[in-house]
Amino acid sequence: MNLTLKIWRQSNAQAKGKMVDYKVTEISEHMSFLEMMDVLNEQLINKGEEPVAFDHDCREGICGMCSMFINGEAHGPDRGVTTCQLHMRMFKDGDTITIEPFRAKAFPVIKDLVVDRSSFDRIQHAGGYISVNTSGNTQDANSIPISKYAADEAMDAATCIGCGACVASCKNASAMLFVGAKVSQYALLPQGRIEAVDRVQNMVAQMDLEGFGNCTNTGACEVECPKGISLENIARMNREFLSANVKG
Amino acid sequence: MSVLDSKVPKGPLKTKWTDYKNHIDLVNPANKRNIDVIVVGTGLAGGSAAATLAELGYNVKTFCYQDSPRRAHSIAAQGGINAAKNYQGDGDSTYRLFYDTVKGGDYRSREANVYRLAEVSANIIDQCVAQGVPFARDYGGLLDNRSFGGVLVSRTFYAKGQTGQQLLLGAYSAMNRQIARGKITPFNRHEMLDVVKVNGKARGIIARNLVTGEIERHSAHAVVIASGGYGNVYFLSTNAMGSNATAAWKIHKKGAFFANPCYTQIHPTCIPRSGDYQSKLTLMSESLRNDGRIWVPKNMEDVMAIREGKKKPTDLSEDERDYYLERRYPAFGNLVPRDVASRAAKERCDAGYGVNATGEAVYLDFASAIERYGIEQAKIHNITNASADKIYELGAAIVKAKYGNLFQMYEKIVDQDPYKTPMMIYPAVHYTMGGVWVDYNLMTTVEGLYCIGEANFSDHGANRLGASALMQGLADGYFVLPYTIGDYLSHEIRTGKIATDTPEFDAAEKEVTDKINFFVNNKGSHSVDYYHKKLGNIMWEKCGMSRNAKGLKEAMSEIKALREDFYKNVSVPGTATELNAELEKAGRVADFLELGELFAKDALAREESCGGHFREESVELGGEQEGEAKRNDVDFAFVSAWEYKGEPGDAVLHKEQLEFNEIELKQRSYK
Repeated sequence: MNLTLKIWRQSNAQAKGKMVDYKVTEISEHMSFLEMMDVLNEQLINKGEEPVAFDHDCREGICGMCSMFINGEAHGPDRGVTTCQLHMRMFKDGDTITIEPFRAKAFPVIKDLVVDRSSFDRIQHAGGYISVNTSGNTQDANSIPISKYAADEAMDAATCIGCGACVASCKNASAMLFVGAKVSQYALLPQGRIEAVDRVQNMVAQMDLEGFGNCTNTGACEVECPKGISLENIARMNREFLSANVKG
Repeated sequence: MSVLDSKVPKGPLKTKWTDYKNHIDLVNPANKRNIDVIVVGTGLAGGSAAATLAELGYNVKTFCYQDSPRRAHSIAAQGGINAAKNYQGDGDSTYRLFYDTVKGGDYRSREANVYRLAEVSANIIDQCVAQGVPFARDYGGLLDNRSFGGVLVSRTFYAKGQTGQQLLLGAYSAMNRQIARGKITPFNRHEMLDVVKVNGKARGIIARNLVTGEIERHSAHAVVIASGGYGNVYFLSTNAMGSNATAAWKIHKKGAFFANPCYTQIHPTCIPRSGDYQSKLTLMSESLRNDGRIWVPKNMEDVMAIREGKKKPTDLSEDERDYYLERRYPAFGNLVPRDVASRAAKERCDAGYGVNATGEAVYLDFASAIERYGIEQAKIHNITNASADKIYELGAAIVKAKYGNLFQMYEKIVDQDPYKTPMMIYPAVHYTMGGVWVDYNLMTTVEGLYCIGEANFSDHGANRLGASALMQGLADGYFVLPYTIGDYLSHEIRTGKIATDTPEFDAAEKEVTDKINFFVNNKGSHSVDYYHKKLGNIMWEKCGMSRNAKGLKEAMSEIKALREDFYKNVSVPGTATELNAELEKAGRVADFLELGELFAKDALAREESCGGHFREESVELGGEQEGEAKRNDVDFAFVSAWEYKGEPGDAVLHKEQLEFNEIELKQRSYK
């Protein structure tokens, strides 16, 4: 198929960006979206032009490195996939595809489609861990039974890949789904309960500091999340936060 | 003393590690605060090492090319992590895990290292559970296990099909705690481009800030390389796009010997390639072989009919199918080790039985598992005379619970529903057992320079068993390196801060800058990928699943010629002072173009078949094992450690003779 691409080009964080049109031809429907971008870049390099910078790494939907806001949706039109798993069979011959970076105050553009998501890391530094030192003498892994339901729910929350699609999809650029997922994973496990009060307070404080917006329960984040992280996690975080503040 | 002293402690195998730990020198907590350690790579090995060293009190700097440590490619490991917990009561033990790993590695690994690995494996599970890693559990609340290839027990712990992700996030969380305390300084979007040696000791690195292009000097009392494997030398592999050998190769060029580069794991269950534009291959976890049965049609007419779309795989009756692994290896069936499963798939496809248009695919079929689980569920739920549809529905639900995310991934890529029609799979490059040579302390042949995880050669011999990569990465990082490096650093307490304004740092930085300037000014006619794909093609055709002397000699000269062409005609757009993905790739491909040649040289020198290295000249000619790989223990029971001498083709071979005191060398039989 032949396609027109409208792509955000911005040479660095300070520069002013703009949309630029490109044509690509003979795109196979079996290609992944990023392989289509590879074709475009190879074409640009061979013409002596600068290729489009975009983040990507594992190309199997798990590292969370790829981003891209495609036709107004984080990770494009398909559900439950990242951009690297999006396939060209979702598009048809003659389509015009708009490709922008994830946009949020807390995700400044570095170049073209590459954004800086280190704010997510800083939220994790604030409390995304259990304080346990490495030792060969930690108690036996089976000494605290955990109900299968709690373990499975914790796992569902822990599935978050930290891509930032929730933030990019939210009209308030809120990071509540991301933070809620991490808070929930630990809140659901006995190991995580010990530090639960400090954790939720510190992570929420850092989230606010980074300039993420508030949650107004629209639910776009859940719809666009490539890993199906549930809004329940936001509710759980709110409950944890409230009870932490009441307990002090 | 030979440079290849493995430094394995004396004494009985079972007490070596404990005795070693009891007698090493320690660094007191106050002195640890004055010692700096650099860790390159933040996957399972690097991440766990960085966190643990920081907990101990050392000042740690971590480097990763991704935008966050959490994105290292360990995250993509699906199936699980082995540990000798014997929670299933099925006869597992430290010894048995050790034995399976040495046997699975085709008797080409170091006994003492593997025993230590098996010994600390149980601690890893304890540690990860304490960190909040949500492993799968059964209804009683205890940890669940599954089985992997090449073993007869269930010792694999897992978190759905995302075990690597959960373990990496565990290590990342441990890092985060230390970052918050200021004990780890993370340098993300940074790439190490050289190691700096002062008086023979590793004292720092030169790194490039990938956002600004700035070249930076970082000093330390010890440098740890945890940068993963070199599978991307094949261009197409299951590695991440950015996975590279640069850190490992640069230290090789500065004196670290490179061991067994030809030991590469070609994983049997990957999604087959579909076209020339393909950028990477996707793995389907080996855990699928617990329930999936691998087959091709028995009759060539059916193969042709399927390829032409006239028949569907589900149209073939049981006796029209060749479950070739069950036929050839009745004892292990579909759970033979990876190298055996891969070669068997290649054998069938080479014979013309491949089931897709390219002729390079076999079926992985879940129909029998769905039926088996369905019948079991019907019984559990007291449903009498369940219809075939009901049984299918019940069975599919169980399969979905076990492998749902893998099935979804397959469907998204291939656009076929694996619940209804068998998956198509074909082997792909996945893991490299070879790597930087290290001694028992995980130190390379350069003092103060360590190498851990997939980047080193140590524990898997010539073939790695499933779910053992995660085990090794975390064993090295959490439980081995923090002890061994302390023994070395105890002699560094009087060294003081290491200056970076020295001639050694000047020289290393100049070398790096010259290379970068060369690339951006070369203005050639071909892209970096053009060369990478050509290299990958040579590697796959001549250093792939089976190798012969003629092909390997050709590979050596073709790679050399390609490298010369690369330096004449490669084109790197953009500048050196900005985010420039093509420039990053150019440096990595330049290193692959050297590593590939050494790879072929190593494969040529090893005139035996062992593990992932299959030499067509070395097969069993008769008897029950006819056609199987033939190992030669008399002449080749050694580690090949290569010393760099200016050109990869001129590398000098050093041998570390392998001694087997606990395990009798046998032919690996899975029949």
